[in-house]
Amino acid sequence: MLVNRKLILAHFWLAFALFALALCLGAWQMFVRSPLYTWISDPELYYRSLTAHGTVMAYVFPTLVAMGFGYAITESALEQRLVGLRWAWAGFWLVVGGAITAMVPVALGRASVLYTFYPPLIGNAFYYIGVVLVVVGSWIWVALMSINLRLWKQAHPGDPVPLAMFANVAGSYLWAWTAVGAALELLLQIIPVALGLKTTIDAGLARVFFSWTLHAIVYFWLIPAYIAYYVIVPRAIGGRLYSDTMARISFILFLVVAMPIGIHHTFADPQVGAGFKFIHSVFTALVALPTLFTVFTICASVEIAGQLRGGRGLFGWIRALPWNNPIMLAGTFSFIMLGFGGAGGLINMSYQLDMSIHNTQWITGHFHLIFGGAIVIMYFAIAYDLWPHLTGRSLPSLRLARTQLWLWFIGMIVTTFPWHWVGILGMPRRMAYYDFTDPALASQALSVTLSAFGAFILLASGLLFVFILARAYAAPAEHAGPYRFSVPVYPVKSLPLALNGYAIWVALMIGLTLTNYGYPIAALVARQDTSVPAIYEGAQ
Amino acid sequence: MTRARELFSFRNPYFSAGVGVAAAVFILTALSGFIVLPYAQPELKFTNLWDAICSAAGLPKRSASVAAPKSEHRLSEVILPPITLARPSKEAIGRGATLAQRCAICHGPTGISRADSPNLAGQYASVIYKQLLDFRSGARSNVVMSPFAANLSDQDVADLAAYYGYLPRVPAYHPERQPAPRIVIYGAPLRGIAPCGACHGSLDNKTGSPWLEGQSEAYLKEQLQAFVSGKRTNDINQQMRNIARSMTPQEIDEASAYYASQPPEIAKATY
Repeated sequence: MLVNRKLILAHFWLAFALFALALCLGAWQMFVRSPLYTWISDPELYYRSLTAHGTVMAYVFPTLVAMGFGYAITESALEQRLVGLRWAWAGFWLVVGGAITAMVPVALGRASVLYTFYPPLIGNAFYYIGVVLVVVGSWIWVALMSINLRLWKQAHPGDPVPLAMFANVAGSYLWAWTAVGAALELLLQIIPVALGLKTTIDAGLARVFFSWTLHAIVYFWLIPAYIAYYVIVPRAIGGRLYSDTMARISFILFLVVAMPIGIHHTFADPQVGAGFKFIHSVFTALVALPTLFTVFTICASVEIAGQLRGGRGLFGWIRALPWNNPIMLAGTFSFIMLGFGGAGGLINMSYQLDMSIHNTQWITGHFHLIFGGAIVIMYFAIAYDLWPHLTGRSLPSLRLARTQLWLWFIGMIVTTFPWHWVGILGMPRRMAYYDFTDPALASQALSVTLSAFGAFILLASGLLFVFILARAYAAPAEHAGPYRFSVPVYPVKSLPLALNGYAIWVALMIGLTLTNYGYPIAALVARQDTSVPAIYEGAQ
Repeated sequence: MTRARELFSFRNPYFSAGVGVAAAVFILTALSGFIVLPYAQPELKFTNLWDAICSAAGLPKRSASVAAPKSEHRLSEVILPPITLARPSKEAIGRGATLAQRCAICHGPTGISRADSPNLAGQYASVIYKQLLDFRSGARSNVVMSPFAANLSDQDVADLAAYYGYLPRVPAYHPERQPAPRIVIYGAPLRGIAPCGACHGSLDNKTGSPWLEGQSEAYLKEQLQAFVSGKRTNDINQQMRNIARSMTPQEIDEASAYYASQPPEIAKATY
């Protein structure tokens, strides 16, 4: 029962339009720092572009997709109208306003600080204020998700919460809590300095606060993709979800262990003790569990689909799968990229192994493969799946959609594999220029060139994606029927309280944050000698 | 309320498993991270268990036996609060102009030198401010300049900075435009040298770094060589010394000649 289609479409369209723009910037960056181009002669332009690319891709784009998809799930899974429509629009306009507020100073070259902020470098205050507005807009969404679920529960006492909504609200709670780290950093540390109220900043503390957000934000990006694995993929390929309980446990695990692990981003930082780094390293290993559960459950669900379609034997079901279905294709590509990216992640989370790739291009390759690859390709799948229901028109051509997904998959592999490789060779990240004429770098020129070609393929695929969505409007109107989610093999009649709500898990998430982050933050706050002078961008 | 009590009870298997596993993982990793691993590293020496735990928690400790090495020369101690040079009054500029009379013999009556001293007209106020304070404290020394700076008050220094910052940048001697040398635009990444232009104009400016266009070639070269030899030490964290030491003599020549030949209006090169 999708009633507020305009609201959902507004979120998706803004998300994908900004995505296309930021994708152009990304491809340009890959081009100008590759051997294919001499040098733009002004590194500031590169960092300006990088800041815009990162801010849009990390904060604005996934947040809008999660919000839009969240509203779609609320109406279709709970089968009730969205309560708080005006607030939802207010949240949307806050994100729009925030994105504009942030992007104007970036475009003017006043805030080329990259999306990870990097204090003591301080850019124009409006950049940070814009980012805060985007986050505040998304918090309205969090509140609406919670309120809508509560109203449904009141109307359906004791009924199991539909899986899609259960996962969606888990994701929103995770976001609400994980955004607090960056919010504290911005509101208490960076914005006062950017406004000139203070002139020194504790960069070490800021990095710890940011790590609070930086890792779990990846799981916030990831949750729509995981929801799609569980509730879209099995239905779209004519199968059944293997286990509803396993799905719930996976989302609960994400909620609990995605948060207290962020210090693995500061392994090379001196302000955090080795003991805490070890604790975070081990907890990071735990977050592999929900992913492994998901891989198992989804493969089992897909096998059910293959067998229902007449596939027999150990591998026969694979051939029987509907490979011409874009959702099947997207899910497969996503799993392959998740596999490679996850394997790389195991290296990043290990204290010692990380040392060889820390701050190298390996890291950039890694998060592009996971987020840009495994996650964003599922955003495409979500859009393709929802589009006929939102627009009342069918997609122009499944073949075009398949081509687009293939291009994205190939492009992402061609971009990120050489990227990982040059990282192992020691190429640092966040640099505007590499002198490939130098004998020490010459051997990396081929890999970086390949990577740039990958970026062009990605650009082509991204633009094709937006074209397909726009082209759908030219198709004749038709009724797509109600939007449905996949059905588990064993229908869920009732659930234990713990698996039908979040109280224990949110409490554990906050508790583990206190144990794992409490001391490092308190120790830095208590010390008086840790602040350094801020460096204002463009100051004289 | 009863539901909450039912949920948060060790009779609820989900609660006991969730809390139990989380607590067990935390306690085990804390024991390993704070006790086992510190002792497993033979190069770390601890006086007792508490010492090991504090070390793993990241508590900084001072090494009691060795005093910090003392530098044989004075370091720059200039702090530039944001209000010191902000929006100077006309009176401040006027006082600066009067004070600047005594600078004119070397730096020129209009702030343009004919004696291979730096041109000061239109230089960033923060740069004049820092250098004068460094001359006064002895962090930077020069037989001619140091005595002039010795008796300046804080107010004098700020006013002089305001005056020179206020003067227009006058085009000095610059015979022809020439392409920027590699070291200015690219730096030398493999030797850890950022492009000159990243701080000194051509590409970007950083606080405390002077713009260099139209300065005397001999002066620029001498300063780079002074950074190399360690004669000049008032650069913060040795940033200029580290760069100058890694530059080849040819690069020093090229950079000095290039900046000397540029007209000062150029804020950013379009290369």
